[in-house]
Amino acid sequence: MRALATALLIALLAGPAFAISAVEQLDDPALESRARVIFKELRCLVCQNQSIDESNATLAKDLRLLVRERLVAGETDEAIVGYIVSRYGDFVLLEPPFKPTTYALWLGPAVILLLGAAGAAVYLRRHGSRTAPATPLTADERRRLDALIDDG
Amino acid sequence: MSAVQLRYMLPLSLFVVLAVGLGVGLTRDPSQIPSVLIDQDVPRFSLGPVEGRARGLASADLEGEVRLVNFFASWCVACRVEHPLLNRLTEDGTVPVYGINYKDEPHDARRWLDRMGDPYVRSGADHDGRVGIDWGVYGLPETFIIDRNGRIVYKHIGPIRPEDLEQTILPLIEELRG
Amino acid sequence: MIAEIGHYALILALLVALVQGTLPLIGAQTGNAAWMAVARPASVGQMLFIGISFGCLTYAYVVSDFSVMNVAQNSHSAKPLMYKISGVWGNHEGSILLWAMILALFGMAVALFGGNLPPTLRARVLAIQAWIAVGFLAFALFTSNPFLRLDPAPFEGSDLNPLLQDPGLAFHPPFLYLGYVGFSMAFSFAVAALIEGRVDAAWARWVRPWTLVAWSFLTLGIAMGSWWAYYELGWGGFWFWDPVENASFMPWLAGTALLHSAIVTEKRDALKSWTILLAIIAFSLSLLGTFLVRSGVLTSVHAFATDPTRGVFILAFLVIVIGGSLTLYAIRAPKLKAGGLFAPISREGGLVLNNLLLTAACSTVLLGTMYPLALDALDLGKVSVGPPYFNGTFGPLIMPLLVAAAIGPFLTWKRADLPGVLGRLKLAFAVTAVVFVGSWMATTGGSPLPAIGLGIAAWLFTGAMIEFAGRIKLFRAPLSVSFNRARHLPRSAYGMTIAHAAIAIVVASIIVSQVWRTEHIALMHPGEQVEVAGYTFTFKGVRDLAGPNYSAQRAEFVVTRDGEPITRLFPEKRTYPSQDMTTTEAAIHTTWLADLYAVIGDPDGEGGWSVRIYHNPLVPWIWLGAIMIVVGGAVSLTDRRLRVGAPRRARAAAGADAKPQTA
Repeated sequence: MRALATALLIALLAGPAFAISAVEQLDDPALESRARVIFKELRCLVCQNQSIDESNATLAKDLRLLVRERLVAGETDEAIVGYIVSRYGDFVLLEPPFKPTTYALWLGPAVILLLGAAGAAVYLRRHGSRTAPATPLTADERRRLDALIDDG
Repeated sequence: MSAVQLRYMLPLSLFVVLAVGLGVGLTRDPSQIPSVLIDQDVPRFSLGPVEGRARGLASADLEGEVRLVNFFASWCVACRVEHPLLNRLTEDGTVPVYGINYKDEPHDARRWLDRMGDPYVRSGADHDGRVGIDWGVYGLPETFIIDRNGRIVYKHIGPIRPEDLEQTILPLIEELRG
Repeated sequence: MIAEIGHYALILALLVALVQGTLPLIGAQTGNAAWMAVARPASVGQMLFIGISFGCLTYAYVVSDFSVMNVAQNSHSAKPLMYKISGVWGNHEGSILLWAMILALFGMAVALFGGNLPPTLRARVLAIQAWIAVGFLAFALFTSNPFLRLDPAPFEGSDLNPLLQDPGLAFHPPFLYLGYVGFSMAFSFAVAALIEGRVDAAWARWVRPWTLVAWSFLTLGIAMGSWWAYYELGWGGFWFWDPVENASFMPWLAGTALLHSAIVTEKRDALKSWTILLAIIAFSLSLLGTFLVRSGVLTSVHAFATDPTRGVFILAFLVIVIGGSLTLYAIRAPKLKAGGLFAPISREGGLVLNNLLLTAACSTVLLGTMYPLALDALDLGKVSVGPPYFNGTFGPLIMPLLVAAAIGPFLTWKRADLPGVLGRLKLAFAVTAVVFVGSWMATTGGSPLPAIGLGIAAWLFTGAMIEFAGRIKLFRAPLSVSFNRARHLPRSAYGMTIAHAAIAIVVASIIVSQVWRTEHIALMHPGEQVEVAGYTFTFKGVRDLAGPNYSAQRAEFVVTRDGEPITRLFPEKRTYPSQDMTTTEAAIHTTWLADLYAVIGDPDGEGGWSVRIYHNPLVPWIWLGAIMIVVGGAVSLTDRRLRVGAPRRARAAAGADAKPQTA
């Protein structure tokens, strides 16, 4: 199965189609920059870990053309992305949507942080210092301390 | 055990969940993307014929009986592996097989079918791959089972092997035929 | 013959490891000094045998002995020598051998340099290290044997993949392995301490150097991998939150937390169970990474052999090692004696916050990486978790950490005066405000997030500088006094300052390079000019040329700025006929401030060429910053206190709150 990995690596690095070639680009810079933003949201399904913006794969190129055509036709970003999602599923989105099956994913970090913070708070309380507050050094003590340290 | 001591079990418990998940994961193939078109009508399309054939393929042709729709191309190495199987399905009259030639050169497709055999009742040439996108195709070969009402019921990713045929595809076709 | 020697040596290594794992462990339990003494020579012996084995495999590659299946599959006689050698670990079986060798290397190092460790602890540490080795050696011998023969031997090897013949790609694995395999040492120390039932300041002092070594190498390995991606992949990206990248990043995060937590255990005899747990977690994440790369559970461009049967073996190993150690933790950790008390606002408190944020960040990365698998396993559909998720969740966790990292070093142990500390950071506040406002204006009213990030990076950098200046009383005492103090500062203080400042540099460089990069994609004809970020690029056309095993089309760009010539860039498109492969080689011109990056694409058939030109500001400082982090780690390692003269347990036990000899 090394062959598979190598093949994937090759597909990633080489390949006939050059990701985002100049001839693909739209003439309208505003539309083109919208296109680029959309590309970066969509996963290249062939390469398995790149967006269609970066990918050399032919499917990526086809999808880029499709997105550009629809932009020129006047569709909104959401509609275009929705068009592709309705055919390929949520998997094609690099940013997982926020829906019941991904609540745990999106809320997870905050929950982990809060639980951890609660645990830390409990820990800090239990290890709370019962020592007397440190009295600051007097000027004289500070001078003596400095002298000691400076003598190295 | 007090709550304090219980928290020392937390890392272990989390790991157990993780390990179970990984174990299940070993039985799955992460590169397979299931179809989201299951139980939906076949996407509307109309394709011209593959070179050397008279009739093309359109969505209207896919209603009325249980069928297979197979996406293939001459440049697809794995398609060669499954093609004899498709040929046999047609010869035996098991199930009608329809083909969509995905992103192929007309000459190449024709030569390939001439050499490998043409099992397709009808086939269409999807030159620019748009129809493939409509079907959610991301790699070849892919084969779909269509029911009587023109609905996609099942998608098989990759070449069809004999065991896939026996264990999944044929039983499903039987079931659909009632 | 050589391959058989290598094979045999591997078997011997396994036997030695079995002995090393058993006798010293029992000996430590029963007080049998002779059995405990087996550990040190056994460690050396294990390293010797694995070294021989690795050497034999390397030899087979160097002489291109294609009767060895591994060599035949992964090498080629036409490869340059350097890449024949790197081919040894560029495949699954060889890399497992490298894993085992580095495991043994760390074991031997503790055996040779751990003379001041108490014999029972040392015996247990080496025994546990041996058990991990047993797992990997058994895995190698039974499922991934690199010494299998091919009969008849092919005339030529089958892998001449030009993509793998690249210094960055070829040599970053050993550094990565030295990193996350090195965490095995901290793990072994942790488990040994749990078995002993005792974690104290002395233990933390012994663990820290090994953790630092591993962590420094891991930093280097990750940076090298990213650097390779940047110059090779053709669009200047260097981090993709790919599962295997995450698999190396998670141990790094846990290792960073461990390094800091160990400080508290060492200085204040506190956070013990946390430090132990982090040591277990860091290495567990390393093992998890090994599983992910080799089992086929997640797809990634990096993935090695995707073989589920091997995956089962590794999973079983994971369950035993991680499950076993976490069970031991659950049983023994509650019994660890609680250590020093401290107020919430104190250096200890700051390090608790550090632990919290790093662990949360690490958990987030783990969650995102494993979530698709979890959902699929529960048949709840397929989602993909890509960079937008990680960037959105990881960033907000790391930023508060960086803020705290500037304040932490100022906090005193036990109880600190936070308003006082913040007062000392007035200059840092000012610098941060200026950087924030300045960069927000420079983003021409877009999102304030980059500006916030840059402000925080500036905060950390300035804070580190102020802290250092404070230590040597810079500007508050005569220069000679400052100089004197600087000379006597413990090296670990230097290490910390360098590392913290370097992190700020890396963060700032990443933000700047992403937000202010300029990309220009165009169709150019020879003679045409384009201006990118103040530089003028004149396209001189494309020439054909032939390399040793490829034919290439090489473009030429003359780059000037204000009429002054800067450089010439020669991006290429190469075709390797034997592999039927085309690659693009970017041309990069690096200055202290930015990279100029040019790539050529396809011709349009009418004399025009598709080109991409980038100006990537501050990218070189990402790599320089990473090297600085490693330097910081290395400097800390040379601290006298970390090596000889680790405090004897007797002295530490002399008083309830006694600290080791230096503060």
